[in-house]
Amino acid sequence: MAEKFDLQEREVWDGNYAASQAMRQAKVDVMAAYPITPSTPIVENYGAYVANGYIDGEFVMVESEHAAMSACVGASAAGGRVATATSSQGFALMVEVLYQASGMRLPIVLNVVNRALASPLNVRGDHADMYLGLDAGWIQFGAFNAQEAYDLALCAFKIGENHDVRLPVMVHQDGFITSHTAQNVYPLTDKVAYSFVGDIDPVDDMLDFSRPVTYGAQTEEDWHFEHKAKQHKAIIDSVPVIEEVFSEFEKISGRKYKRVESYMMEDAEVAIVALGTTVETSRVAAMKMREQGIKAGVVAPRVFRPFPFNLIREALENVKSVAVLDRSSPGGAMGALFNEISAALYTTPKRPLVTNYIYGLGGRDFAVQDAIDIYHDQKANADVGHITTDIQQFSGLRGPKLGFFQTKRS
Amino acid sequence: MAITSVKNLKEFSTANDRFEGAHTLCPGCAHSMIVRELMNCTDDNLVVTANTGCLEVSTAVYPFTSWDTSWIHIGFENAASAASGAEAMYKARKKRGTLKDDKPVKFVSFGGDGSTYDIGFQWMSGAFERGHDFTYICLDNENYANTGGQRSSATPIGATTSTAQAGSHSYGKKEKKKDIVAIMAAHGAPYVAQLAPNKWKSMAKGFQKALETEGPCFINTVSPCCTEWRFDPKDTINITDLATDSLMFPIYEIVDGHELNILYRPKNILKVEDYLAAQGRYKHLFKPEYRHVIDEIQKNIDEYWEMLQRREEARI
Ligand SMILES: Cc1ncc(C[n+]2csc(CCOP(=O)(O)OP(=O)(O)O)c2C)c(N)n1
Ligand code: SF4
Repeated sequence: MAEKFDLQEREVWDGNYAASQAMRQAKVDVMAAYPITPSTPIVENYGAYVANGYIDGEFVMVESEHAAMSACVGASAAGGRVATATSSQGFALMVEVLYQASGMRLPIVLNVVNRALASPLNVRGDHADMYLGLDAGWIQFGAFNAQEAYDLALCAFKIGENHDVRLPVMVHQDGFITSHTAQNVYPLTDKVAYSFVGDIDPVDDMLDFSRPVTYGAQTEEDWHFEHKAKQHKAIIDSVPVIEEVFSEFEKISGRKYKRVESYMMEDAEVAIVALGTTVETSRVAAMKMREQGIKAGVVAPRVFRPFPFNLIREALENVKSVAVLDRSSPGGAMGALFNEISAALYTTPKRPLVTNYIYGLGGRDFAVQDAIDIYHDQKANADVGHITTDIQQFSGLRGPKLGFFQTKRS
Repeated sequence: MAITSVKNLKEFSTANDRFEGAHTLCPGCAHSMIVRELMNCTDDNLVVTANTGCLEVSTAVYPFTSWDTSWIHIGFENAASAASGAEAMYKARKKRGTLKDDKPVKFVSFGGDGSTYDIGFQWMSGAFERGHDFTYICLDNENYANTGGQRSSATPIGATTSTAQAGSHSYGKKEKKKDIVAIMAAHGAPYVAQLAPNKWKSMAKGFQKALETEGPCFINTVSPCCTEWRFDPKDTINITDLATDSLMFPIYEIVDGHELNILYRPKNILKVEDYLAAQGRYKHLFKPEYRHVIDEIQKNIDEYWEMLQRREEARI
């Protein structure tokens, strides 16, 4: 039996601490991990809970992130609850195994504290690591602050382990901005949290020898395609379970989560689409735009795998001009989020104008004023009915403005 | 629980049926013999983890499986980490009381020499340092067989492989084979051994010891590969006899990192030439200009055997 952990109704936690508390309250059986800034405290905290008897689990401090995810796969196939955390290069090192975890349909919760990828080496937050995992077949949630890092991590266990889902889940939070900034967080009591998450009911448990199971077989062209199609379907089909768990969570916490969070979008003419902490910054900017009489709104995919294609269409189809913000250098292409949002909008009858802003790389601050500037560009587009800037720009870059890809100006 | 009746080969070979003969390994491949010897020496519940390689691609081709026990393959390098995670989960669930039965569970990892000596070395080393209770078995066929016979750091001097070719300017691989047994013993593993499937009694005993010893145990086994070594599939055991009797593959164990025991002393130690001559991969060495390579191989074998005997005598 684990020792009792004293919790206040309101705690002052940073995002890392919030994520680790969710692991403790979910009674994670095995955590296999390797440290990397800025996610390190999550695994250290779990280690401290084990060392002080607050949890009965096994803490496996492996020799690399690749091994961490590999051990999580082995542990999950052995039928218990599994979680870990990583960032940046560690995430990149895990990528091979991320595909293997999802291909074997193993529930694992991975807290990703987003950080830039080298080179140049940089420990600050951007979304380069997250973008590397978008095709890995995991469910992916974005937390905008520490409270959400905690809430979504709890939901992640329940969703991933659901028998209709059986998929690994990532919960993203922004490096340093969320992970290291103390905020008010309202935790659930241990009792409520645990009865919400519940016990894991394993499927194809390697430790159940009455029914031996083979994991990770080879398929080649005779079956691989069917497996991948089924896996894709499983990810898309996780939607009702995600929604059900979010609404159950609302009942116990009063906090309502949606797959796409729309802010002041009812009558918006111009919009920003963003992820992570940028959502809150953009919301403040939208509020200020409204004071100037400009109908601005913010659309934020909270669940970006499975990608909420229809909800994005619905949220944005009546807007005139949309700015999609990508916090990752696309290396000679449009930003990944831009591509997805554009694809969703292409099939709407009115097809809003869409531009792409690359911003905040390597932790460069994204201020309210940056978002306001972007809104002004959108307003100009909306007024004349075509894109007035380069389609892709770097926002907040020192030196001369960098823009790419132009439309024919009329 | 160990099976004790290992007196008679026929009886032993049918003792347990957790590895089916219906797999797609080449006829004459020693991998399957070794796996059967492992399966047949114990009644315990087994969780088997496998690295990518011939054994893995030939025994679990969806929708079929040769494994009538828990089995998982993740990637080329991480069977030891998979075993670490599964073993940690076993401990956690035992504590929590969420296991269905309380029969002991043993964890076994299989890797080829490529995955063990090279790409997966870090994962294995890490698992050994952490002291997980599992047995790692390396099926040492001295090459990357599954990708068509490239050199590995287990490939001996003088062998020709697709990436260390013998040609008009080369006699094949120039570098010495990595001494994986010594390296794993240096990890402080409680039981490390080098075994061979032709010596099936000592192999079964070695496997049993490893399974019964708490902590990480390592076994390197010679696994002749008819395809890449280029010999007739019917000769697998003959080739293994030549390997053990020429001392190219000495059979020994190291207990607790220091107590070395030689497990097989050939009555007539054969010249390594007899072993080399039986395989296509060494054919070029019999040209007069490469005589020195055979001499070097023989010298290395003699020195290694001398060293093993001295260590055995000195108990270090
Ligand atoms: C990361 C990675 N690199 C390379 C490969 C390709 N690969 C698969 S099996 C293999 C060689 C296996 O050799 P070995 O471990 O000696 O086993 P064997 O097939 O000889 O039994 C290679 C190179 C892979 N699957 N994964
Ligand atoms: S190539 Fe060699 S190791 Fe692979 S199955 Fe054939 S004989 Fe066995």
